[in-house]
Formats: sequence, structure tokens, C-alpha cells
Amino acid sequence: MTFIGMPRGTGNLTGAPFPEAASEALDNAQLRRNLAKATGTIRAKRAAVVDELPDWAALRAAGAAIKDDVLANLDTYLLRFEAALTERGSTVHWARDAEEATRIVTELVTATGAREVIKVKSMATAEIGLNEALAAAGVAAVETDLAELIVQLGHDRPSHILVPAIHRNRAEIREIFAEGMGATDLTDDPRVLAEAARAHLRRKFLTVDVAVSGANFAIAETGGLVVVESEGNGRMCLTLPRTLISVVGIEKIIPAWQDLEVFLQLLPRSSTGERMNPYTSVWTGPTEGQTSHVVLVDNGRTATLADPDGRAALRCIRCSACLNSCPVYERTGGHAYGSTYPGPIGAVLSPQLTGIDRNPTLPYASSLCGVCYDVCPVAIDIPSMLVHLRGRAPKPRAEAAAMRAAAWAMSDHRRWRRLLRAGRLGRALGRRPMLPPPLSAWTRARDLPEPPRQTFRDWWDTR
Amino acid sequence: MTEPGARAAILARVRSALRDRPSATVARDYRRAGTRGRGDLDRFAEMLRDYRALVRITDDVPAAIGDRGFIAAPGCPPEWGGDRRQHTVAELDRVDGVITACAVAIADTGTIVLDHDAPDQGARALTLVPDHHIVVVRADQIVPGVPDAVAALAGVRTQTWISGPSATSDIELERVEGVHGPRTLEVIIDIR
Amino acid sequence: MRVALFVTCLVDGLFPDVGKATVTLLERLGHEVVVPPRQTCCGQMHINTGYAAQAAPIVANHVEAFADADVVVVPSGSCAGSIRHQHAEVAREHGRPGLADAATAVAARTYELSEFLVDVLGVTDVGAYFPHRVTYHPTCHSLRVLGVGERPLRLLRAVRGIDLVELPGAETCCGFGGTFALKNADTSTAMLADKMSAVTTTGAKVLTAGDSSCLMHIGGGLARLRSGVRTLHLAEILAAT
Repeated sequence: MTFIGMPRGTGNLTGAPFPEAASEALDNAQLRRNLAKATGTIRAKRAAVVDELPDWAALRAAGAAIKDDVLANLDTYLLRFEAALTERGSTVHWARDAEEATRIVTELVTATGAREVIKVKSMATAEIGLNEALAAAGVAAVETDLAELIVQLGHDRPSHILVPAIHRNRAEIREIFAEGMGATDLTDDPRVLAEAARAHLRRKFLTVDVAVSGANFAIAETGGLVVVESEGNGRMCLTLPRTLISVVGIEKIIPAWQDLEVFLQLLPRSSTGERMNPYTSVWTGPTEGQTSHVVLVDNGRTATLADPDGRAALRCIRCSACLNSCPVYERTGGHAYGSTYPGPIGAVLSPQLTGIDRNPTLPYASSLCGVCYDVCPVAIDIPSMLVHLRGRAPKPRAEAAAMRAAAWAMSDHRRWRRLLRAGRLGRALGRRPMLPPPLSAWTRARDLPEPPRQTFRDWWDTR
Repeated sequence: MTEPGARAAILARVRSALRDRPSATVARDYRRAGTRGRGDLDRFAEMLRDYRALVRITDDVPAAIGDRGFIAAPGCPPEWGGDRRQHTVAELDRVDGVITACAVAIADTGTIVLDHDAPDQGARALTLVPDHHIVVVRADQIVPGVPDAVAALAGVRTQTWISGPSATSDIELERVEGVHGPRTLEVIIDIR
Repeated sequence: MRVALFVTCLVDGLFPDVGKATVTLLERLGHEVVVPPRQTCCGQMHINTGYAAQAAPIVANHVEAFADADVVVVPSGSCAGSIRHQHAEVAREHGRPGLADAATAVAARTYELSEFLVDVLGVTDVGAYFPHRVTYHPTCHSLRVLGVGERPLRLLRAVRGIDLVELPGAETCCGFGGTFALKNADTSTAMLADKMSAVTTTGAKVLTAGDSSCLMHIGGGLARLRSGVRTLHLAEILAAT
């Protein structure tokens, strides 16, 4: 099967090659300390609350299967969702890519005359670059999630799906708030910093008339949208403004209300390590006199859907458990991935959304240790998917030649034996030889094993 | 405004992407609607305390509420007291607290579900803007697990699921209670 | 029992002592060891680097080499994992359904060393003596692809004289990851540094594991640091008397 011609996603999905960006991040000792502390904390919490549920494996299997059913019948479910929402009085919009999605939202906002919108943290709007597009139209987008606010005030980029400012510690956040809010009486205490955010955003919540949200789940059966959050900023944005625009990736669909019984168990325990997140909002269509718009976004999702070996990445419910558990992410942080979607899930999702040519290094940003698959609440086999995507990635010419030569030798025992015997000549090199790249990467930090005087099979033949 | 052809194009892409006709069967082998038990109330209270919510178990709800000058959802029982008038958002920002009932509560997770289409739970802003939320949970509204709650609720209703006071883990992934939602969540469990 | 040893390319060329130790151990337990001469490599490096097409003839060679074996033992969790979870798929993807079936059959008879000892032979005390302080690193593929669980530790605990100490953060990847160590050398080195400091805090003189590849990586780092900790494959400790 060929996937050429299926349009790919655009927006904030690419960056510098991973190895280079990672090297830069690795030099930042503060970043590594912040990440190690934060991910260590969350891993322990997640493990404890997952262990509490005796039926976790069954929930995980059901979560994967429900999402697979959604993907297998996505056209049917999208139409059902649209019909239910339209019947309730919402306007449903369809966007093929980031440009169409941002244009639709910008038009809807400017039509209200608003110069400012408040936002609930949303991966989809980050992916399509909505804030930049709104700014270009003269509309200020105010991020209301605490971590997003830290990122916005710090003129920074998000580095984590759930906690976009995970790379910042409390002292750095105090400085960012002092600068961005003009607050002078702050301390490093997270309570004080949270209180500062409350005071800073309160007036916005009570006065801004347009809000933009994403959605964690879109229920086809009822036309319902679900936003899962902690702080109450989501509730503020969903409730108080007169116009609500929700940007939803087409894979966020779940078939029925009942399916929430699975996902509201899987998601909070996997993401924040809580039995339940503080607030979950459910609404169907315009509520309490609001005007409601829903923008359904493709942006490379259908191209991802077209690959039977890659489409399971669309099961993702954006919990971040794979990021928090990944030994690579823990050391490089999220910026190194260059995409709105960092970490192991980003390494399989971003190249599929954009096409592998625009993200050729991400599938290699993993040691294939497999911990991401173990913790994934919808059982996405990320390691196998990474290997599959590596198969499609463009290859450096010298590497490809070396691999072909090695394969030629390894597919015949006589050739292999000759190669091994030649390898013993390597004894002359010593343990720290000057090797050409990429082999020099090995000897920068490690000694080479000394080649033995006799290979195993030569020894065996002498027995 | 959808570009002409965008909807049809996306649906056509989906159908083309699914040419291999994948199928999926959903097995629901997890714990479905459970059996109510004696432990549910205690577990519910324990989970709430874990979130640092105030928990009071009583057979005299009006006494537990007392007279605090709070407002209340219009459909609450009269004996709970509270100002029942409609308030603007600006007015809600100045009241000390709000009293509501709930639709269902979940023992396993310490969750209270508000059904905003029910008059004793009120419109969403009512339980969002004031800083103190008193919610009265009848003991018979407590169900064991999430599937029980989902089964008890109608998906088309406007809902807020509340598990403890407003909180954040955005600073070093350390949980701090009290951001934008009510900083005090007070749960009165009615065992009458 | 007649046991066909798949020694692996890395052990064959760089760590023959691991192969010798595996032979010694299996023979001491009363089994006949054969080394099918056509064997070379499992092809995992090619598969995991995105060269599955080039790996297909390596897989074919492996399947032919072990087609007649009753039982295949591999002193590597990673290679056993590739044989069990990748070979048939590679064959299928390259339009060779017959090879896929044959690969599935070979995989069903293939065991990683600790699996073979504990599950097939039913032994945990292999009669070894090793009077040193040892810490054990569970390699990712033995842990998460094969699920060997406690088997290597049960074998180690039964070794006489051993002072087995727990490795902090044992289940965290050492950063090897095959060509990952070259393609993302800086990240790999950062992971290695944390693994090495965990190893040195144990005070162990020997670090052991079930994969020579990870041991080559960690051992290369430990040697560069002149840490005084040496690396030995699980087979080498179990063969010691």
C-alpha cells in the first residue's frame, strides 16, 4: 500500500534534528535536575494509583479497543458527532490543515469584535499555531493554564504535553512571574506562585468574552465534549465567555457516553497520578446561552490513519505517561523533539503527521527500552512503531552502504567468519583508537572491548 | 467557516485511509457497575480527605450548614437556607460561598458530579466563581466506582465532575490546592 | 538434552568467553551442546535501525541454521527477543510467508539462557561458586520484551559465596540501544553516566547482565572511568566454580 498523496500536517510539528537539539539540552544541568525531579515524582505517583486498580489491564485493553473501533469507523463516528452537535445548536467546522483551522478560528473571533481571547490548555491549538495566527490578526490569546502561563510569560516554548513548563523550577517561575506580572512580593513557594496566577487571571476570566478550548474527548453519540483539568481555569473559560470555540482533532472521538467509564479511569491515573483530576467538564452544544463552535481538524491525522502499522498512534489520549517514564525524555526534555508533541508519543506521532521526510530523526530518538509501551494506558506499541518508521526514514548514504555490507557478510557464515578473523586485527588499535565518525561517538565516552585472540567459533572448532 | 470541500475532502481521506477495512471488537472485561457496600461511604470520605476537602458526616444537614451568609442553588431544600436570588458573575465574585446538592458521588475516586440542568445544583458559574463550595451528598448517592456513576448519569446533561478543591501540579509536579476554582470544597454527607 | 547454542554475533566476535561459559554451564548440567555452523547474527541491528529489507537474508540464514534444532539457547535477551518478536514479521513484510512460518517455529523453540535454565530445565541452583560482590542490571529487552522477570536473580541468589546487592534504578535503560549509542551519542552517554553512578554506589566489584551488548556499553564506560568494576555476563558467573 502506498501513502503518497495523502496530505500531511502543517504547523508546529518540526524542529532541529533531534541529536543536535538534544546535545544542547544535555548541556543544561539545571534543566536535567528539574526534569529528573519532576518526572521521578510523577512516575512514583502514577505507579501507586495504577496498582490500586485490580482491573487495570482490562481497562487498558478496553481503552485500546474502543479507540481502534473509533479509528476503524472514523467517518461514521465523525458524521454522528456532527449531527448530534448540530442538532443541539453548535456550528461544526472542518479544517484540512493548520492554516484552515487557524483561519476559521481567527474569523470567528474577529467576527465577535473581541481583541482578546482566553484559552484552555490545548495541544491541538498549539499544534496548529493558533496563538501566532491570532496575534497576526491583532487578537491576544491569553493562556490560562498555570504552566502555559509560565511558558507564555517567559516567552518560552512548551516542553511537555501535560505540564508545558516542566523544565522550569520554582525559582525560575518566581522570576518569570515577577517580570511578567510586575509582582514584587513573590516567594518560591508553589502556593504563593499559584495564588499569583489566580490574582493575575481573575479579571480576564470575568471580562473576556471569547474562549478557545480543545477537548479531551468528543462523544459521537451525544455531541458532548469533555475537558479534563485541575485548576478550574478550564471551567472558567468554558463557562463565562459568551462565545466558545473548541478545536478538536478528529481522533478525539469516542463512540458513546458509556465509554467515558474507561477513559476517566485511565487518563487521570496515567497523567497526574491522581485517582481523579479535580475538574472534568462535560457539555453538549451551546450551554447557558453561549454560542458554540467546534472545529474538527485533520492536519495529517488521515495520513497517519492510512498506515496500518502506524495508525495506533492516534489512540493517544495525551496523558504524558510515556514522557514521564522515558529515559531519553528525562534527559533531553521536550524542546529537543522540536514538535508540539514531544517524548516517545511525539517521536511516533510527529513524523506521521508531517511525513517522515520532515521529521527524519525523531524515530531514532529512543533506545527502544520499551518502558513507554508498558505505561501507555491505551497500549500503543511505541517501540515497534518506532522501528517501523525507521524503515521509512531517509538514510545517510554511508550508513546505508555499511549496513548493506554488514548484511552481506551476516547472511553467510563463511563470509561472516572471514570478517570476524579480520576483526581480530583490531587488537592493534588498542582500546581508545581514533575512529572515524560515527564510530568516534562510541570512543568519546567508552573504551572499546579488546578483540579476542580467538573467536568463539574458532575456539569451538578446536575442541 | 469551513472552506468549501473541506468536509467532503476529510471524509474522503478517512475512507481512503481505511481501505484495508480494519475492525475492532471491544471486550469490557473490567469491573463494570459494582455492588454497593458499607465501605463506600468511608472510602468516599477518605478519598476526599486525601484531596484536602473538608468532610462532615451528619444526620442534620441544616445544622452542619449553619448560617454563613452563603448563596444556594435555587432548587435546594428550603431548610438548607442561603440566598436563592439570581446573581451576575460580578456578584458571584463577591459572595463568600455557595451551597448545592449533587447528582452522584464516587467512592473509589472521591468524586462529586454536579448536573447543571438540575435546579438544586445550579448553573455552572454558581459553583465556580465563589471561593467556598458546600456540596451536600446524600449517602444513597454514593456509588462505588466510575462505571456506576457513568451509568447513573445522562450523557446529554451539562456536568462538572469535582474531585477535591481546585489544584495544580504545574510547579515541579507538586500538588498545590487552590488556583482558580473554589479553594475550599466542603462536603456534607447526609446519613439521615 | 541436545541444546543448539546460538552464540550471537557479538559474543562470537568480541566476547567468546561468554560463549565458552554457556557451553561449560550447559555441559555441567548434563546436556549436549551443539553449535550449528551456519549461524551468524539475528539481524536485530539491521531491523532496529530501519533496514529490515537487508535483515531478511540474515533472518533466512538464521532460520536455516537452526531449522533442525530441538531447542535453541541464546545468552542474550535482546537477540532472543528479536527472534521471537521480529523474525516472522520481517519475513512476512518481505513477501516470504514460508520463511515466516519457519521463523515462528524456530522462535517457539528458542530460549534466552535464564528462561532455559529456570523454565525448561527447572533449575535455579546451577552449582556455581562466585565469592564476590555483584550487582545485576536487568537489560530492557530481557525485562520488557521477553519478560524474564526474577529468573536471573533467582539463579544468582543460588550462587554460593556471592554477595548480591541491589542496583538502584535497576530497570532504567543504560542508554545502549544498538545504533542509538552512535546516532544519539550524547543522550546515550548521559544515560550511561547515570547507570554508572548507580553501579558504583552499590560498591559491587562486578556488574552482571544477560546481554553482552549492554555490558559492552556500560563496561566501556566503567573502564574509561577506571572505576574498578568489571562486567561479566550472567553465564560467566553461573559457570564459575
